Amino acid sequence: MSEKLLVNPIDCDGHGACAELLPEMITLDEWGYPVIDDRPVPPALARDARSAVSACPKLALRLTRS
Amino acid sequence: MSGINSSTALWYVSRATGAVALLLMTAVLLLGLLVSRQGKLPGLPRFAVTGLHRNLSLLSVVFVALHVLTAVTDGYVTIPLISAVLPLASPYERLSLSLGAISLDLTLALIVTSLLRGRLGRRTWKAVHWLAYLTWPVAWLHGFSAATDLRQGWLFAFAIGDLLLVIAAVGWRVAAAAREVPRAERVGVLMAAVHQRGRGR
Amino acid sequence: MTTATTTGLPRLLPRDGGRPEDWRLHMARFGPIPYRGSTGRLIDDVREAGLTGRGGAAFPAHRKLAAVAEAAANQRVRPVVIANGAEGEPASDKDATLLWLAPHLVLDGLQLAAEAAGADRAILYTHEDRRDDVGRRLRAELRQRRDDRVDVVLATAPPRFLAGQETALVNHLGGGPAVPRFPLPRVTERGLDGVPTLVQNAETLAHMALIARYGPRWFRQLGTGAEPGSLLTTVRRGGDGRPRIVEVPFGVPLMSLLGDLEDAGAVLVGGYHGTWLPTAQAMRLRLDNESLRSAGAAVGAGILAALPGDRCGLAETARVVRYLALESAGQCGPCLNGLPRMSAALTALATGRAAGRAAASARADLERWAGLVTGRGACHHPDGTARFVRSALRTFAGELDRHERGRCGAANRAPYLPVPSLTARTEEDWL
Repeated sequence: MSEKLLVNPIDCDGHGACAELLPEMITLDEWGYPVIDDRPVPPALARDARSAVSACPKLALRLTRS
Repeated sequence: MSGINSSTALWYVSRATGAVALLLMTAVLLLGLLVSRQGKLPGLPRFAVTGLHRNLSLLSVVFVALHVLTAVTDGYVTIPLISAVLPLASPYERLSLSLGAISLDLTLALIVTSLLRGRLGRRTWKAVHWLAYLTWPVAWLHGFSAATDLRQGWLFAFAIGDLLLVIAAVGWRVAAAAREVPRAERVGVLMAAVHQRGRGR
Repeated sequence: MTTATTTGLPRLLPRDGGRPEDWRLHMARFGPIPYRGSTGRLIDDVREAGLTGRGGAAFPAHRKLAAVAEAAANQRVRPVVIANGAEGEPASDKDATLLWLAPHLVLDGLQLAAEAAGADRAILYTHEDRRDDVGRRLRAELRQRRDDRVDVVLATAPPRFLAGQETALVNHLGGGPAVPRFPLPRVTERGLDGVPTLVQNAETLAHMALIARYGPRWFRQLGTGAEPGSLLTTVRRGGDGRPRIVEVPFGVPLMSLLGDLEDAGAVLVGGYHGTWLPTAQAMRLRLDNESLRSAGAAVGAGILAALPGDRCGLAETARVVRYLALESAGQCGPCLNGLPRMSAALTALATGRAAGRAAASARADLERWAGLVTGRGACHHPDGTARFVRSALRTFAGELDRHERGRCGAANRAPYLPVPSLTARTEEDWL
């Protein structure tokens, strides 16, 4: 069971906490919005992914099971 | 004068933890305002603003718990434990303790909904979180009315200063919200800006 | 069943060209609605027929219908079916034309879809000001109908490019602005008023009404194996840019619609979220996705335009992209930031304000921004705009080089593609 990161671009306001907590999979574009790596989250990064999801003030980032 | 007995010690600890709790709640509110404006604390990463906001709110609950327990345990006056969460339940200082109970209830609502944020969904969580703007003033009023020594000397200055700080911060937040461009007009504003920029060159 | 129509065309449009088919003519030509008597039986026929959505996404119609029927059964609710005639794309006129000339086919399809999905509510959603009296006409035609089982409510869409987008449509019908919502949960699961909702293009429903009468094999007599049936196209060629609505089978050569393309500078396939193609390439292509995909294009909603050779493709592109940027809902950071910047860069390139090195960097910026916005919005507006922009950068590369040197190859400055002058300004414009 793999997990993928998904952002709701309407809720996202470019806060940027997610990119700080998971730089391996999330980078910010030139306007401050997250570019999400849509490959499955490797198990080693699972904890960081969860804290990135939790840190989003707008609850825009989520982990989906696929 | 009788020596400092355990009752007096508890009384002091209750006062002290109450004051610290109010200070922590002030910090939590200020940090919350910062989060909503996407602000950053110098030298700290962005996630630290949210992290501090959450951790300090949990710490404030710890201090509130100590504050309540020492007040209740202190035998000098009788305060039933239930009055910590139930307004009007204490015969002693009924009004100010009711305010304390209300602010504690609100605090618990804020914290529990925040811990369950993922399950509740953003809209529910946000609706409850608006109560933060009610929680702080009620807590402050509780402190100001329950602690007579807060009404003189440097403690008074502290209490008033704290109040003014929060009023100023919330005022700043309201002003910023009023300046915000409505969603439907954002594109128009940016279009004018970028097309103008090109013409200026 | 009445005597079967010929296998030829037109299927949807009236036989004698411009005369709208009222209820009487419709009954004479097609007969009554062939209800199936239970939910789900139409779905098999639609699947066998291989009907795909005619709204632009070409999603298999049976799958959407089945998804709604299944979700409604699971949730034990009655779903809603909506005929999407919003047609927010200015260059498209086929749905408005269909609703004017043959509304009863669309309405038949709506009833059949309602039966197949088990719906108890049906809505016909039309564009606010395509034709001033379409609302009155549709109401009159609805009153004529005798065998509708579900009452049809008429609703109008604001004149926004995104008004026909699935989630924006549902949002608007629910009382909100016509802006997209995050696509999860899907509207087929949870749509209008929280129930499973079928949003189907008006033309697709018209085809369904014919498949129900004549069967999937009849449907497959036209078109290709992978893309069967006929479709309505909006075609612009010639200097005046006046659109013609033509019903053709999938797979016809583009040249059969656009002419020999001798006087054309470029061809636009798929409307404003589509692809500019050089005429030499377009001459070899057919109107089906198998052929168009090789050129990086798609059939979309059947919008075709041959830009006359005397116009400036860059100027046309800049005008359209300005419109597309202004029509962004402004909800998603990448779209809100990227589209206005792309518009400004294209305008600067088209007007020659950006020349020399500024032009080269504007071209590089455009490529970068197109890549940045793709796939990062809640809907496909940024993706489609990026596709349109990139295809312009490719197809008009020569023109771009000329503009970089301060020249323009066009003799005619008159605008060709239709771009509305009124765009969204405030919250009210989305309601």
